[in-house]
Amino acid sequence: MHAASAFRAKIEPLRGILMAFPIALFTSAVVSDIAYLQSAQMQWSNFSAWLIVGALVFGGLAGLWAIVDLALAWRGPTRNAALIHLAALALAWIFGLINAFKHSQDAWSSVGAFGLTLSILSAVLALVAGWFAYSTTTVREIA
Amino acid sequence: MIRTLFCTTAMVLALAGCSGSDSDLDQTGANPDLPGQDETLVPPMKIATPTGWNGETPVVPDGFAVTAMATDLKIPRQILVLPNGDILVAEGSGGHAPKLRPKDFIAGVIKAKGKTSVKGGDRITLLRDANGDGQPEVRSTFIDNLDAPYGMAFVDGALYVAEQGALLRFPYQDGQTRITAPRQELTELPSAINHHWTKSLTASADGLTLYVGIGSNSNVGERGMAVEENRAVIWAIDRETGAHRTFVTGIRNPTALAIEPNTSALWAVVNERDELGPQLVPDYLTSVQEGAFYGWPYSYWGQNTDPRVHPQKPDLVQTAIKPDYALGSHVAALGLSFARDGGFGGRFSQGAFIGEHGSWNRQDLAGYKVVWVPFAGGRPAGPPVDFLTGFIKDGEARGRPVGVTFDPQRRILLVADDLSNTVWRIAPRP
Repeated sequence: MHAASAFRAKIEPLRGILMAFPIALFTSAVVSDIAYLQSAQMQWSNFSAWLIVGALVFGGLAGLWAIVDLALAWRGPTRNAALIHLAALALAWIFGLINAFKHSQDAWSSVGAFGLTLSILSAVLALVAGWFAYSTTTVREIA
Repeated sequence: MIRTLFCTTAMVLALAGCSGSDSDLDQTGANPDLPGQDETLVPPMKIATPTGWNGETPVVPDGFAVTAMATDLKIPRQILVLPNGDILVAEGSGGHAPKLRPKDFIAGVIKAKGKTSVKGGDRITLLRDANGDGQPEVRSTFIDNLDAPYGMAFVDGALYVAEQGALLRFPYQDGQTRITAPRQELTELPSAINHHWTKSLTASADGLTLYVGIGSNSNVGERGMAVEENRAVIWAIDRETGAHRTFVTGIRNPTALAIEPNTSALWAVVNERDELGPQLVPDYLTSVQEGAFYGWPYSYWGQNTDPRVHPQKPDLVQTAIKPDYALGSHVAALGLSFARDGGFGGRFSQGAFIGEHGSWNRQDLAGYKVVWVPFAGGRPAGPPVDFLTGFIKDGEARGRPVGVTFDPQRRILLVADDLSNTVWRIAPRP
């Protein structure tokens, strides 16, 4: 267990890199969705579609990380933070997946109130997941 | 958590299956039943897996026989019979729409599953069956190095070929099996993107005008409306000068044009939009009225507005006219040919043969056959009748019909099949 924790601590920056994607891409998708709804220029909706797919790919990898992290933290003081991190990230991912299909609809249907709502939910949840990811680290280092 | 995640994924994917077809709806004829719009996160999809004929043939009505007139073609699309009885087959595949969204990659992979793996020939093949036994004595490459040829017309000693980007004229001498004269470009055709690339072609009864069908550059405007300039239209082109004017607009994808022999009116089969549900929107057969607006993308079947277009144009929608005759949703009508000079006689004397390539956007396969629409007085008169079937067997596709051509001299119907790369010949049984 100790060796695993040490290894995990060593590659910790990778988690930061992976988490950067869903945080940046889901929030950017909110902006491009709004730009599309304001302008009706398809390219903004196309941007959103790619941003969401990118967030899903890297968010999925970060999610796998979060699962391992939770298992390692199960008996430690950081369990709750790890649990919230995983839960928020998983929800962001699920909403993102639904949103990817929403954004595959054609023209004005590709965003709409439903798409924008999903984009906002994914962005907020990704931010929450990120917040708790780094809270975990801090707590552990102090402990 | 993981379980929730997988269940949700499965649920999202399953949404495709949630929208089934109602078999009680009659979606053919002048007044098709139109259900409510049913946009789902994943459109209902079913692609019939290709399989071989294994020596079998399509199914014809009693009293007819069908034979394969030519096989191993390279994506045969449309057929033209020359005055001397020689048969021309346009082969090829066009379009160069860039993939803009993740969806474009996925949809491309899915749709490719229902197509032949053969590369388009970009040529016109000549078949000569002088003794009329259904077995061509001569098969030659009539014209090659074309760019996705589709529509063909023969007027006044010259062959006209609509490639995906140009309308060409080739001088022709009777009996030629290969055109050697250089091509003449009569007019350039809109070809940027070419989401719907097929350029259908027919000549007016007096031979003075050539009509070219130009499909839309998207399903319903999802590439932006700027790229729809000169799309979803039929052009009328002066055969001498090549000058063109827009004949009708809002006609999403007019895949085949033909002149009705009794009235000399122009008719078209048109493929309508996808992803509004398995039973929207019916593809149609219509007489083409000069100056008419057929709704695309703003509305369908008259004034039924499509919510996917923004901004909408209610004033324009008010002017949209209803097509004459629905063929069913997603059947993908690609061929149209009128019976002439008494047709096959009997119930197949007066009317139109229509090749239906077959659906992807519904769970219950539709189309994949050639139907007959009876006419009286130059207008459709009765429900469509199956003429050539058997393309689907056990849920798999053995062929997919495209162009159909009735030859009044020999009293045969020719059907191009771009999945098995065959031209089928249907004739009354002797």
